[in-house]
Amino acid sequence: MNILEFSALIALGSLLAGFLGALTGLGGGVVVVPMLALLFHVDIRYAIGASLVSVIATSSGAAAAYVREGYSNIRIGMFLETATTVGATAGAVIAMHVSGSAIAIVFGFVLLCAAFMSSRNRIEHGEHLPPTELATKLRLNGTYPTAEGMQSYNVRGVLAGYGLMFGAGVLSGLLGIGSGALKVLAMDQAMKIPFKVSTTTSNFMIGVTAAASAGLYLHRGYISPGIAMPVMLGVLAGSLIGARVLVKARVKVLRYLFAAVIVVLGFEMIFNGATGRL
Amino acid sequence: MSTRSWNDLRIEVIIGALLRTGVIVAAVVVLIGAVVYLAHHGHDVAAYNTFHGTPEALRSVTGIIEGALHMSGRAIIQLGLLLLIATPVARVAFSAVAFALERDCLYVGITLFVLAVLLYSLLGSH
Repeated sequence: MNILEFSALIALGSLLAGFLGALTGLGGGVVVVPMLALLFHVDIRYAIGASLVSVIATSSGAAAAYVREGYSNIRIGMFLETATTVGATAGAVIAMHVSGSAIAIVFGFVLLCAAFMSSRNRIEHGEHLPPTELATKLRLNGTYPTAEGMQSYNVRGVLAGYGLMFGAGVLSGLLGIGSGALKVLAMDQAMKIPFKVSTTTSNFMIGVTAAASAGLYLHRGYISPGIAMPVMLGVLAGSLIGARVLVKARVKVLRYLFAAVIVVLGFEMIFNGATGRL
Repeated sequence: MSTRSWNDLRIEVIIGALLRTGVIVAAVVVLIGAVVYLAHHGHDVAAYNTFHGTPEALRSVTGIIEGALHMSGRAIIQLGLLLLIATPVARVAFSAVAFALERDCLYVGITLFVLAVLLYSLLGSH
């Protein structure tokens, strides 16, 4: 295959990944790495570098739209970024000291977890809880717009959320994904932050988290222009299209379909990693 | 309280514009690099199945800028990717200024810490 065909095919695959990722809310990063590694036989280190770059593009593109709506909480985001950026740096350092096969196996398990979590029904925590001392000191409590006007909320479980965020950062740096699902879990379930605020703030944080490891990846030669170019342009275009049709599409069926694809990719990654093919 | 939330909203609007501009500029630069790269190397054989690491010149900020000035397609792509990585860093730097204008010392500190981690990763010698 020559570079022209190779780039066009990867751009097309990335476009589809970005489109489905935006449509289902699962993000494009989780399928880009297995696609490159399994389908195009790209070395997993180049795949992770390219995915990481595309994650920054989609996160920043989407965050630009969200911040204006007033849902995301900049203080919560910035405070938790102290955990995700340190975690991401650690994750990138780990990635440079373990084999590609080991990364593939971890990636496979993360895919299976992501599919499981997306098929599970979210537990609503609607009740209004009193503020905690730590959250008040850190000025994390905020307000967000609802149909009935501005609604205030109090942040709970700061330490548990902070720990989960560190883990999300490590996974992001190790695997080149946004780990948005884990970030939302930390905010929505552990810290009892309203879902809409959690998802938009998570999106806001993904770019900064990914940037923390992207620099290290660049210096180590993991970000290859020939692969990162079609992936970044493809995923970005796909996610922009996906965000536009989001309202009209029947997302539920797509979500299950996408989750099924992720399960298959997860098993493939574990198998290929365990047999040393990746 | 009302002036404060108004300020917060204004900051968020500026951050939104900053992020969008960064992504658009980065994508355009990558696209220009792609055209140059594919025009020169489009018919070469693609070989990414073994890891060699990108050439030294495409790994450092100075090397990338130098290559882009010589109209190397791959260096221009890399410059676009560098601009993309720099976009969230610029956002954090702007947030530090915004918190300072609000005289929120705690969050100036928190934001500067995040900025330091990002700059270490991006510019540090590894």
